[in-house]
Parts: sequence; structure tokens; C-alpha cells
Amino acid sequence: MAEVSVLEAVRETLDEALASDDRVFLLGQDLEAGGVFRATDGLSGKYPGRVLDTPLAESSIVGITIGAAHYGQRPIAEIQFADFIHAGFDQLCSEASRWSWRTRGEQYLPMVVRTPWGGGVHGGQHHSQSIEAYYAHMPGIKVVAPSFPADYRSLLKAAIADPNPVLFLEHKRTYRLIRQEVEGAPAEDRIGHSRITRRGDDLTVFAYGMMLHESLAAAEELAGDGIECTVVDLLTLNPLDTETILEAARATGKVLIVHEDTLTGGLGGEIAGIIAEQAFEDLDAPIRRIAAPDIPPMPFHEAMESAFMPDKVKIAAAARDLAAY
Amino acid sequence: MTASQTRVPRSSEMLHDYLLSEEQLEAMYRYMLLSRRLEERMMTLNRQGRADFVIAGAGQEAAQVGAGMALKAGVDYAAPYYRDLGVMLVLGMTAREAMLNALGKLDDPNSFGRQMPSHWGSARRRVLTQSSVVATQLVHAVGVALAAKMRNDPIVAFASCGEGSTSRGDFHEALNFAAIHKLPVIFFVENNGYAISERTEKEMPVPHVADRASAYGIQSAVVDGLDAIAVYQTVRPAVDQARRGAGPFLIEAKCFRMWAHSSDDDHRRYRPREELENWASRDPILLFRNRVEEDCLFPPEDLDAIESGVDVEVRAAAKWALDQPDPTPDDMYGFLYREGDDG
Repeated sequence: MAEVSVLEAVRETLDEALASDDRVFLLGQDLEAGGVFRATDGLSGKYPGRVLDTPLAESSIVGITIGAAHYGQRPIAEIQFADFIHAGFDQLCSEASRWSWRTRGEQYLPMVVRTPWGGGVHGGQHHSQSIEAYYAHMPGIKVVAPSFPADYRSLLKAAIADPNPVLFLEHKRTYRLIRQEVEGAPAEDRIGHSRITRRGDDLTVFAYGMMLHESLAAAEELAGDGIECTVVDLLTLNPLDTETILEAARATGKVLIVHEDTLTGGLGGEIAGIIAEQAFEDLDAPIRRIAAPDIPPMPFHEAMESAFMPDKVKIAAAARDLAAY
Repeated sequence: MTASQTRVPRSSEMLHDYLLSEEQLEAMYRYMLLSRRLEERMMTLNRQGRADFVIAGAGQEAAQVGAGMALKAGVDYAAPYYRDLGVMLVLGMTAREAMLNALGKLDDPNSFGRQMPSHWGSARRRVLTQSSVVATQLVHAVGVALAAKMRNDPIVAFASCGEGSTSRGDFHEALNFAAIHKLPVIFFVENNGYAISERTEKEMPVPHVADRASAYGIQSAVVDGLDAIAVYQTVRPAVDQARRGAGPFLIEAKCFRMWAHSSDDDHRRYRPREELENWASRDPILLFRNRVEEDCLFPPEDLDAIESGVDVEVRAAAKWALDQPDPTPDDMYGFLYREGDDG
């Protein structure tokens, strides 16, 4: 079997879902023409009436998804860029997240909102952002952010089957960059589970999305110098897999958390908090975080953009410090 | 009135196709009165310190009951708003359930004490769970209607709100999408003249919410919201034509908020005394009663029987509900996610 890109994994999974369940339909902007990233390429022709173009109005894209899911369909919404999802924040956080809680499960929402996130594409402030922390803060929304094509396939399938709202984050830099022979590759099909992708004794790196790939590249380089990293692919950002996080932290006693999101209030703080509270006595060094600096958005010019984003060089440098601690 | 607005029946006019039977008229009166008496009792419980919060629809019962009776209960979907006790009663909520809700009791079928009172929801009565965020429910109704249309199910989605909600983006996004896809949605706006303390002229520069519908190509009507029969005769044809595939319809019922915004508000701070005095004679329940007597719609002695029945029912329901179990601290947990598959 040929290698599959992240984008192809997403498209194939949507195709399979549309083929296997006639309650599934897609809605969002420009989807009938294939979507701006081509994630729905060819699907509107193949499934007439089940790939819907919507007006440019994110609150109603999410709200209509809620209503259709409530009715019993299996809607999959696309928000064209994660940067624009906040117009639907109210619908996701004030409504979808608590639909089941406030009815004691009598009413529930089998819905997925897919959206491309992340930087490194010269997208400037509104085509590059990391938005996960806002939504992962909200109990009741599952937030998934895979890194490899095989996990994109298994977790998107799981998200569609899940009877709860799932925010499915697709790192746009990886869409065409990351390819994988998916046959036989590890594929997590349980939302809420992280995976230890690489094992080493010297320190543990936690990452997701593009930063997982940068972390693996850094780990490879460090291995050449005799520093062995454990690398955890978080996969689900809410609810966090506390068990795997603690196991991986305890395994090395040294923790480095990497994300593209800005530092303050980012998920790194939450992961550090879990480890500090529950595994403090297993730590041999202060927890380190590598994140974007606390300026509001990603800058446009390449010089500033690459300085803004963490990468394998910064990760490797921090890892060396931590290993030597 | 704009070109898209339809002719609205006057209260003195009974359209032949939408005549109400004597039983329906009696039910109409009973629902309106039950709604009012329940809310009066809730407010008493509030003043006694036994109900934490009341937000009422007093003055809007004719609009709510007239509209609710135009729906097929248990078939059509409803996304009402927090003042819509009258709609909920028509859709099957009992006086006991209303009292459980008012007291935040564990067995309140709307939210089991998890939400403030009057935040409705009932899976079996096809009422979507709702929050305090206004106008979000209009979009949910559009989503329901879209799904139903995809499945060729002949249902109508009823979404109601106050005129204050119509300033929010979700109102406009809901109308726009429903019109584009010609969805079976009834937008029912209960214009009671106030968004808490703000009068309509501070909320919008046009005289009628219904004027806004024409911008989206949606048919609309303005109806006297104090006249339950006129409301029914306006909403029912809209429901029927939406069910037949004619697309969405917006009805604005001109209402009056008799009480303050909620039990925590004192409307004497912002409403002139004369306004309240003038409107007292236009209480929709009183108007209905007068109409029954003047037009001999049904025997006037039935009115008294209905009234005494409602009084007994409300007193008994309140007494019963006060003795029902309260939630325990642990009842806040659970049901964050639905477990297992999607059924």
C-alpha cells in the first residue's frame, strides 16, 4: 500500500463515513468545490446532497451542526481555519459542551467539528493559530489533535462514531508534509488515549501536531549524542490521558512539554500541573516548557514566524539542558 | 408592513379553515390560566424564600398558547425560550413538572436541578435543551429542520424568542440559512416591548421585527399577541405550509410583559406607572374571557369550572413539589459525556 498524507487520510475517512452511514453529512464553506485545502475533494459529486456549502457564518455552522446532531444525523462541520472558529465559541462552549450534562444524558450530540490549525505556512495572525487551549478548557468537548496519518484515520473515525461533540484539529502544515505507510502503523482508535511513540531513559517529551514531528526529529538527533528521549504523542487534548502522562513522566523523571501555542495558559501548564501534583517525587529536574512567546498571534514574515515557532533545534537544546541537569 | 408580510386575521374574524372547536377553545383558556396561576404561585414561593429565581411569561400567555396549539405535540420539534411556560404546557408539561422545575428539584424533567428554572428541555416531547444565551436556539431549530428535510420527515421546527434576541447574530444567521434551504422553521418572536429595561426603540430602528424577515426573503406576519385565537390562526397556516415544503415563516406577536424581567428585577425603576396601569385592562386572559362571554364561544359557566380546576391543580402541584427530593452534591456529576455508542 502506498504512503498516505494527512490530507489523504482525512479525505478517505470522510469518504468511508459517507459511504457507510447515510446519516453522515458534511457542512462548511467551499466544501462542494472540495474545500480550500481539498479535504472534501470529489465528495460532493459522489454523495449528492450530503456535502453542503454554508454561508460564511461560523456560529450557525456550529449551531446547525448541533441541531442536526440532536435530530439524529451525524453531521461533520468544517471550520475553514481554526482562527475563525471563535465566532462559534458560544455555540460550542455554551451549548454543545453541556447538552448531555444539562439533560442528564437524555439529549446528546454525535457531532464533529473539523478545523485546520497551526502555523509554519506563512499564514500570519489569522491563518496560523493554535486554538486548542480555549476549547480543551471546556469540559464536555473532546479535543483531538493527531500527528500521523494512521491516527488521523482511526481517530477521525472514532470522532464520527462518538455520541459527543468532538473538535478534531488538523495541523495544516502537516496536511501534505507528513506521509506514512498506514498499513500496519500504530493507530489509536480511542479518544482520550495518548501514545508513547518512542522510549528512552533520559527525558520525556510531550507534544502534539506538528510539534510531535519536531520532537521526534530532535530525539533522533539527540540519540546520536547518547541522549535517549521518551516521546509522547498526546493525540487527545481533552480529556487528557492522565495515566499515560504520569507513566511517561515517571519513566524518566525529566519532563519537557512542547507546544506551538503561546506559553501562558497553554496546555503545557495543565500537563505540568498534573505531573507536579501526582508525580513530584519521581521528578529529577524542574519541568520545562517550550512554547511560542506571549505575543498575540503568529507573525507573517518568515524571519519572525520561524522565531515564533518552536522547532527541533530549540527542542534539542532544551532537551540537552534537561538531560544534563 | 412590507411586501412579504401576509394578511393577518383580525380577532373578530374566524378563518373557516382554522376554526377552533369548543374543546380547543376551552383548552386554550385552561392553558393560559394554568400558566398564569403557576407563575403567580412560583413568585409567591420566591417571595417566601422557597424558590430562588423566577422568570415568567405573564402577559404573553395568549401568544404562547395560541402558537403552541398550532403545533403537532410530540411530532414537531420546539426550541422555546425561557418565558415560554405556556408553550411547554401545551406540549405536555404538567403542573407538577413545572413546579419541580421552579424549585430546581432532582426530578425536574427539564434539567434535574442543573439549570436555572425555565430553561426547558424534554427529549420525549421533542423540546431542545436550552441555555440562558439568547438566539442560539434559533440556529438549533434550523439544524433540526435541515436534518428532517434530509430524511424527508414531515416535521416543523418551532423556535421562539423575545424581540431582544433578534439583535444577536444567531437570529440573522438562522433566518438566512433557513431561507436559503427553504427549511420548515417557524420563527416566533414574542415582542413584549422590553429587553430587560431597554425599550424596543433602543433595540432596533424599524417598527417591527417582522420587517427584518423580508431581507432574508422570509414570509412574515405581525399578530396581536394578546389574542390567542388570532395567534393560532396566524401560526397554524404558517406551520401547515412549512410542513408542505413552503419554507420558513416569521411571526411577530405583539405582547406585553406584565411583570419585571425576573424575580431579581424591579421594573418600577424604568417603566412608567401609567404604562402598567393601561395594560392591566388588556390582560390577555381577561380579554379571552370577555370574548368568550360576548361571542358565546362556549358556555360561560365552563370558565368558572376551568378556573376552580386550575386553582386546585396548582395548589396541589406546589404542595407536592415542595416535598420532592432535592439534588445532593453528588448529583452534579455524571452525564458530562454520553457513554457507549450513539444508540
